[in-house]
Amino acid sequence: MTESAKLDNKDTFAEQLRQCGSYPLKAIAVNTLQMNITRKCNLACKHCHVQAGPHRTEMMSLETVSQCVKVAQHPSITTIDITGGSPEMHPDIDWLVSQMAQSGKRVLVRSNLVILLEPEYSHLIDKFAKNKIEIVGSLPDYRAQRSDRQRGNGIYDKIMEAMRLLNKAGYGRPDSGLLLDLMHNPAGAYLPGSQSALEAEYKRVLSQEHNVFFNTLFCLANCPIGRYLEYLKNSGNLDDYMQTLRKAFNPQTAQKVMCRTTVSVGWDGKLYDCDFNQVENLSVNSGSPDHIFTFNYNLLARRNIEIRDHCFACTAGSGSSCCGSLTV
Amino acid sequence: MNQPYYEQKDLDDFPNITEFAPELGEKFFDYYNTATSAGKLSEREKSLIALAVATVRHCPYCIDAFTNKCLSLGIDNDEMMEAVHVGAAMVAGDTLAHATQMRKIIKKKEM
Repeated sequence: MTESAKLDNKDTFAEQLRQCGSYPLKAIAVNTLQMNITRKCNLACKHCHVQAGPHRTEMMSLETVSQCVKVAQHPSITTIDITGGSPEMHPDIDWLVSQMAQSGKRVLVRSNLVILLEPEYSHLIDKFAKNKIEIVGSLPDYRAQRSDRQRGNGIYDKIMEAMRLLNKAGYGRPDSGLLLDLMHNPAGAYLPGSQSALEAEYKRVLSQEHNVFFNTLFCLANCPIGRYLEYLKNSGNLDDYMQTLRKAFNPQTAQKVMCRTTVSVGWDGKLYDCDFNQVENLSVNSGSPDHIFTFNYNLLARRNIEIRDHCFACTAGSGSSCCGSLTV
Repeated sequence: MNQPYYEQKDLDDFPNITEFAPELGEKFFDYYNTATSAGKLSEREKSLIALAVATVRHCPYCIDAFTNKCLSLGIDNDEMMEAVHVGAAMVAGDTLAHATQMRKIIKKKEM
């Protein structure tokens, strides 16, 4: 991370991995191709690690998008994970999801959901449904007050409205084959609790009080980088949060972290071990090609992962990833 | 020297209370972990009970630990405060119930 509490050597992430026999951390495959296609977003949430917002202009070029589609044909890549910013705001999103869907692989789009209410983007609900795209919506908390503290006043109600539209289109409904998952991340300087306990509460409150439905809840620990790092510093919580992450280090999660099976592509085509490293400008290293135009599966599938102390966010407690907890 | 008896960092030392009596300490932790994990009561319900007890017992470490746990489990601030009021009401009720002894003595002694 760029700045954090001063650490003793024994407290570093590398040292923790050494102690549990997981250093150096190495990739074992590339099963997920994560594409961060834009930093532009209609929201500017307080926890956003990529610091996305309406004024960002970074967009993946069509040439780079096309190259990602080619790379995604590799048989070992089974999941295409499209994120941003708000990926819906990318001018080629329609084409991209159609192309990726044809591959028959799991294709998911990470959405703030609110964007789907805007006339310019509302057609994407049918587009996503037709292509069986899995939608992962960000809903930091099942209560409006906490959620809106991160995302802005009134956003929670709009998310409920968007979920109703998605449910109407079949998303989150049993046997529809259309998956709507939600992403939880704490609205403050603490770690997420048990994913199953939180999922039960989300389902209870959302169904009983709002009549909306979803499939699975993914819990994500906030990573101390970007806008969230600024929040930790400004609120005087940085040292305490880092200490909490270090104390919660769980050796069982070290072998399961998502970077071991993922490559993350930046808007400019550069390759990273994860979205967090992307924000920190830590491209893949150890002699692996670091651009989508020089993608080499064999080298990337056994690369050493670039680690820093922000990686503690993925190994705390039950572990954390873009698809939720790493252990039960 | 201006060092308080209670220090936040001492919470990190909680796992070391097994020192000097490891067998008993381990038995305690087995019991503690089982008692506070989900059973017939959910993790949420047990965390709220623990928070109420922590405040009643004035334990700064437990208040720290269980406030964080309640936040992590998505428990609302007003739910936590309601739990603390249960603790407060129990303490008040317990105090007033003991007035029974006082009232009995008064009634026996007064003419």
